[in-house]
Amino acid sequence: MKSTAMPAFSSKDAVVCRSVGKTWAAGTPQAYEALRDIDLDIRPGEFVVLLGPSGCGKSTLLYLIAGLKPMTDGEVWSFGGRVETPSPERCLIFQQAALFPWLTVWENVSFGLSIRGASAADRREAARKALQRVGLAQVMNKRPDELSGGMRQRVAVARALAMRPKVLLMDEPFAALDVQTRAKMQSFLQDVWLDSGASVLFVTHHIDEAIALADRVVVFTARPGRIKAIVPIDSPRPRDPFDPESEAMRRRLTDLLSTEVDAAFAEQEAL
Amino acid sequence: MSEHALRLPTSSNFAREIARAAKLVAAGLARLGWSLFSIGFFAGLWELAWAFGWTNPHLLPPPHIFLGHILEQAKYFSPALRWSVGVAPDEQPSPLMAVLSTVAATSARVLAGLVLATILSIALGIGIRRYRFVDRLTLPTVLFLAPVSPIAWLPVSIFLFGIGNPPAIFMVFIALFFTMTLATIAQIDGVDESLIDVGRTMGATRGQIYRRIIIPAIAPGLLVVIRMNMFAAWMVVLLAEATGVGSGLGQVIMLARNTFNPSLVFFTITLIGLLGFASDWALRQVQRRLIYWAPQQSGGAP
Repeated sequence: MKSTAMPAFSSKDAVVCRSVGKTWAAGTPQAYEALRDIDLDIRPGEFVVLLGPSGCGKSTLLYLIAGLKPMTDGEVWSFGGRVETPSPERCLIFQQAALFPWLTVWENVSFGLSIRGASAADRREAARKALQRVGLAQVMNKRPDELSGGMRQRVAVARALAMRPKVLLMDEPFAALDVQTRAKMQSFLQDVWLDSGASVLFVTHHIDEAIALADRVVVFTARPGRIKAIVPIDSPRPRDPFDPESEAMRRRLTDLLSTEVDAAFAEQEAL
Repeated sequence: MSEHALRLPTSSNFAREIARAAKLVAAGLARLGWSLFSIGFFAGLWELAWAFGWTNPHLLPPPHIFLGHILEQAKYFSPALRWSVGVAPDEQPSPLMAVLSTVAATSARVLAGLVLATILSIALGIGIRRYRFVDRLTLPTVLFLAPVSPIAWLPVSIFLFGIGNPPAIFMVFIALFFTMTLATIAQIDGVDESLIDVGRTMGATRGQIYRRIIIPAIAPGLLVVIRMNMFAAWMVVLLAEATGVGSGLGQVIMLARNTFNPSLVFFTITLIGLLGFASDWALRQVQRRLIYWAPQQSGGAP
């Protein structure tokens, strides 16, 4: 089975996964193995994209790293501490912005501070700063349903930034947006990432998104998700999606993914 | 502070506000017009059926007949006339007062039962989801009693409370309480899990998650539940009044049945319809103020 050797990693690593596995509804007839044997180290300030076919468990890995769901096997460490519960240091950003519709934008952004009991003036100031970083200080007093989908997602990023996270976990955050907004959001995210110094783990099934954003691309197999390959991308940012380097990378990632997409497809047809 | 300065009304803003208000008034009038037309249309069909002689006017008197006898019918609303042998006719309340006091008595029972059921069912529903102990202790009993018809509770309410207001209020309460508890649980289970995950990530305690996330998240759904159950409350209160109480619209319906007075039945039904309509309107005003963040929805009613 799994090796139980002491984890060999530096306490400075942002995220360390050792033999992580997850089976949903374990021990029931509906048991569903989502992840198996994930070993992954993420450095501070690194931008890592998790790429794989739909349903391969990449989102599940984010929930485990966030501490929102318990893992079945293995362990996750972050900056030398074992991950067992959620923490504002590891903020998860969802596909839908998950803002509280009954709060204004600034109250949403400072929600975490209000949990800690900060004064209204401090919260407002912190919210203003976080919203400035995502370019939305002017909508502080609006409600989420008055904003566009892209703006809501930026507010969600500001809410995470207000907690000064060391790791940003992003679960297909731009999947619900149109193509033009998505491109804008990608360059926005790069600015935020460079500015904040946080590590980013970004889940997507879009190859182009991975090429535009990643320091390293982690390619997953079809279910149960395992790491098939880790592909570094060294070209400088901002990247031209049509230059030969990007084309070559697109070809390589497409080849890596295609067999997995076929496998996922075959499994879905068999159901 | 600068964002407050931006909001000062300028003259063009003012004109826009006026235009918006005018549009709202026009829309309100149009909705009212359609409401009157809807009721008038079906009343008109009834009148037509009467005019062509398709219906028996003694059994199904059309609106112009049963509304034409309002004053004559209104005297039946006076409890004194029906209940007290020695009361002289001039000691009776005026017909209008008799109708108003009957309507007020029934409305108060509906309101009391609805408020009680709302507060206790929401409290129990939240308690069941919040504390496993409450869940295990009460949920099986709630499920066990939920399908019991109000008819079956009628004798129980009389055993427990005799006659008067308490059994009628108890009937309204018990008819709503179990289903509203289950509806509260369903609302809690329907809360978007990512909202709760946000709270957990921010370090919120379970109590904070309930107070700051779950309760506001279920508030819009709960108000819809309350509105739907208010109609049920109007149905049940008549049943309770028909047997257990000395006053109220249910008593009038029973009197009309026993004295074979279709006009009185239809007049009372008209009153109940108006009351249901008015109380639904009132609840929607509450909804609009309380759920300030939700997009305005009419829920099918004008």
